[in-house]
Amino acid sequence: MNAPIRRLAAVVLVLFGTLLLSSTYIQFVQASSLRDKPGNRRTLLENYARERGPILVDGKAIAQSVPTDDELRYRRRYSTAELYAHITGYYSFVYGAGSGVERSEDSLLSGSSDQLFYRRMVDLVTGRKAQGASVELTIDPAAQKAAAEGLGNQRGAVVALDPRTGAILALVSSPTYDPNRLTGHDVNKVQDAYKELNADEDDPLVDRAISGDLYPPGSTFKLVTSAAALSSGKYNEHSQVYGGARLDLPQTTSDLPNDTPGPCGPGNRVDLTHALEISCNTAFGSLGLTLGGDALREQAAKFGFGDRLNVPMPVTPSTVPAGMNPPQTAQAAIGQFDVRVTPLQMAMVSAGIANKGVVMSPYAVKTVRSPDLDVLEQARPQELSEAVSPDVAAQLTRMMQQVVTGGTGTRAQIPGVSVAGKTGTAQQGKGEPPHAWFTAFAPADDPKVAVAVVVEDGGRAGSEAFGGRVAAPIAKSVMEAVLNR
Amino acid sequence: MTTVTTLAPRTRRNVELLLLVFAVGIVLLAYAGVGIAVNGTLPPSLLSYGLGLAALVGAVHVTLRLRASYADPVLLPIATVLNGLGLVMIHRLDLAQDRAGASSFAFRQLVWMTIGVVLCLLLLWLLSDHRRLQRYTYSAMAAGLVLLLLPLVPVLGKNINGSRIWIGLGPLSFQPGELAKILLALFFAGYLVQTRDALSLVGRRVLGFSFPRARDLGPILVAWLASLGVLVFERDLGSSLLFFGLFVALLYVATERRSWIAIGLGLFVAGCYVAYLLFGHVQTRVLLWLHPFSQKALETSDQIVRGLYGMANGGLVGTGLGRGRPDLNYYAESDLIVPSFGEELGLVGLFALLLLYLVFVERGLRTALGVRDGFGKLFATGLSFTLALQCFVVVGGVTRVIPLTGLTMPFLSYGGSSLVANWAILGLLLRISDQARRPAPQVEPTNLSQDAPTEVVRIA
Repeated sequence: MNAPIRRLAAVVLVLFGTLLLSSTYIQFVQASSLRDKPGNRRTLLENYARERGPILVDGKAIAQSVPTDDELRYRRRYSTAELYAHITGYYSFVYGAGSGVERSEDSLLSGSSDQLFYRRMVDLVTGRKAQGASVELTIDPAAQKAAAEGLGNQRGAVVALDPRTGAILALVSSPTYDPNRLTGHDVNKVQDAYKELNADEDDPLVDRAISGDLYPPGSTFKLVTSAAALSSGKYNEHSQVYGGARLDLPQTTSDLPNDTPGPCGPGNRVDLTHALEISCNTAFGSLGLTLGGDALREQAAKFGFGDRLNVPMPVTPSTVPAGMNPPQTAQAAIGQFDVRVTPLQMAMVSAGIANKGVVMSPYAVKTVRSPDLDVLEQARPQELSEAVSPDVAAQLTRMMQQVVTGGTGTRAQIPGVSVAGKTGTAQQGKGEPPHAWFTAFAPADDPKVAVAVVVEDGGRAGSEAFGGRVAAPIAKSVMEAVLNR
Repeated sequence: MTTVTTLAPRTRRNVELLLLVFAVGIVLLAYAGVGIAVNGTLPPSLLSYGLGLAALVGAVHVTLRLRASYADPVLLPIATVLNGLGLVMIHRLDLAQDRAGASSFAFRQLVWMTIGVVLCLLLLWLLSDHRRLQRYTYSAMAAGLVLLLLPLVPVLGKNINGSRIWIGLGPLSFQPGELAKILLALFFAGYLVQTRDALSLVGRRVLGFSFPRARDLGPILVAWLASLGVLVFERDLGSSLLFFGLFVALLYVATERRSWIAIGLGLFVAGCYVAYLLFGHVQTRVLLWLHPFSQKALETSDQIVRGLYGMANGGLVGTGLGRGRPDLNYYAESDLIVPSFGEELGLVGLFALLLLYLVFVERGLRTALGVRDGFGKLFATGLSFTLALQCFVVVGGVTRVIPLTGLTMPFLSYGGSSLVANWAILGLLLRISDQARRPAPQVEPTNLSQDAPTEVVRIA
């Protein structure tokens, strides 16, 4: 009977070998993916037990972990919470790292990032309590405040960029919410708050500046159409284009009218600068027809349309639809039809023009420091694309200055500073008031800030200047806040 | 004429003592580690606890010196370290879940360990030769089957954790299957040693396998049906696999015919498949096994998932005793104690534990090789192999090699019936190994050379 016993001993070896393999698979191969599973309570508890790094604006913590007496050890606190809610997002025991920088930089803030591996090992050996990295933002608190106060209780969004670097100076979405309501340790209260915020018709949790449902850009898109026209080489800022009272749309029985009754210029002709100044629909509609949908799309793509950006929060790509027929192209050329943008994208259009045609990649995180203040990451400004040539950029700048000095955007004038801008009134549907837009940069000769403002339902149909009256002052105060530093 | 000198085998009792000191030392270190991690100080009961553990296993050691001096020196130290570490983990979970004093699981486990050790001592003192057990072959069968089926008795049986393998008497609950496995190993050994000739010699060859006669298939069919009964009515794949695997293994060892393994595995797989098709609870187990993270599975149970999270949390080196969160798991001190160890001792610690089990089982099989009588061989094989299978079912269940079922990890898990049964197994293996390694009684060589015309050479 000894031979089969020996074979049985081999079988036992195989059985245990299987167990060694299967446990290795779980504890070594699969370990990190299991740890990252959303339902893993251990990871959450462990992250909570570690002091999460702060989020800083201008050296001051806008989000930090404060010690508590309960099992979770720390609670996330947001100072001036509502001002920064959409930038910070929230870090909730119930819902995890939700949205904003809290989510995008979670691994660094929580200290679980591989970049902190060495530090963790040292902590393990020395018994020091582990800590997350701190994240310093590019936000300018004055600009952020000006933007939030400008919007007040209107729904909308404001984005301000440094056109030279792409650094995001202000990122405001309204209405906002108090992320502190989601960070409590009373599960029921947090759940109630979350349900309430989600049920709110004004969607306070949505960051309208970079995501959300996207907006039709209205006349601000005429900047892209102008850029396409100037870049084609067939036009310059003084070119005379069609400027009748109505533009006959081919293949349809309907026409494209101007917002204001009557033609844009004598003899149904208007030069390009004046067309932009008064936001002449027929001029840009006919330009769109001449240039074609593909040219508009390509020009838009050069400004960043269609790019999946992470700032580090993921940005919803803005779109110009492909395969438009002529009437749709004419509509798209004035920012209607299915053209959809984020306020960030429109700020990038202005910033690109301001920066001599070069669009910089937008970013919100300036510096990431380990708990010992070693710099782990330092933002380096990067070119996203060259949208237009420096010459075209200069022409566009002059045209945009004209909008502010004598056109629809006079409300954005800053004494002693030349401002370049463009208004917009984006129709959203019959019977609903249009959105008011304004995008601008300043100073025109040495740009330091580019901004885009959208105020939902803030326009009045038939009055481009009305939109300018609502949105332009907000842009103005944000730019002033940056320039006065 | 060459003289054959018999080298007297050494008893190895001093090696055992050394290993025991080592084993108790490891356990006390672990105990101290838990105290430091949880309370920041050495546990005040360190000394008394250490002395208690040392006294218990010391008693077994002394008994071995007196009553079974040639017994295998590795088995007792391994059992000690496993039982001790199990106690430490149970104590650690007591601390996490605020159980103290006489109601703490660790205290109860210590009581059960004492009972187990006493049973082990009784076996060693009262049973001087394992062959005497062969007389009780059929009584063991009857008792074993009764124990196995006891949980199905309406009033007695209790359904815990989806399996009906418990009986409850007032506040006490008991898993009779744990004792049944010893009795059935005894019965299989006794039965097969009598019938092995009939089973192994008669038959016809098909496809290179020699298949037994139809009438000799009777016993394996009975065992198959019984194990299927356990699977279906007690809802316990683990016990089912355990008993049937034990029977097939012993059948193979007794008859040396591989066809039995083919038949056995075939029957088992077929039976499981039919059960899967017919019974909802089997399907649920399979779903939990194959797709534990699916929404449907999570709605039923996240036992496996929590165990996996725990093990993943441990990673390679573990969180350290007292520093993980095994208390987040269900049954962290009993059926799922392996993930608890995986979490706090890491893959390294889990490997160490598994290798301890492996050495224990292989020493048991080594005993089976060494012992001279067929009954002893089969019995020792059976006892060792059930232990191996049980480890496989438990660890395989939590690491998703097979569906998870409710069995305890030998020596490690919280549970009186299991612990007592395993100390009994240890006692029996020690007894058989003493017989295996003890030198054969010397026959006077002078008588042989003078009277016998032929020389008798003993082949050990």
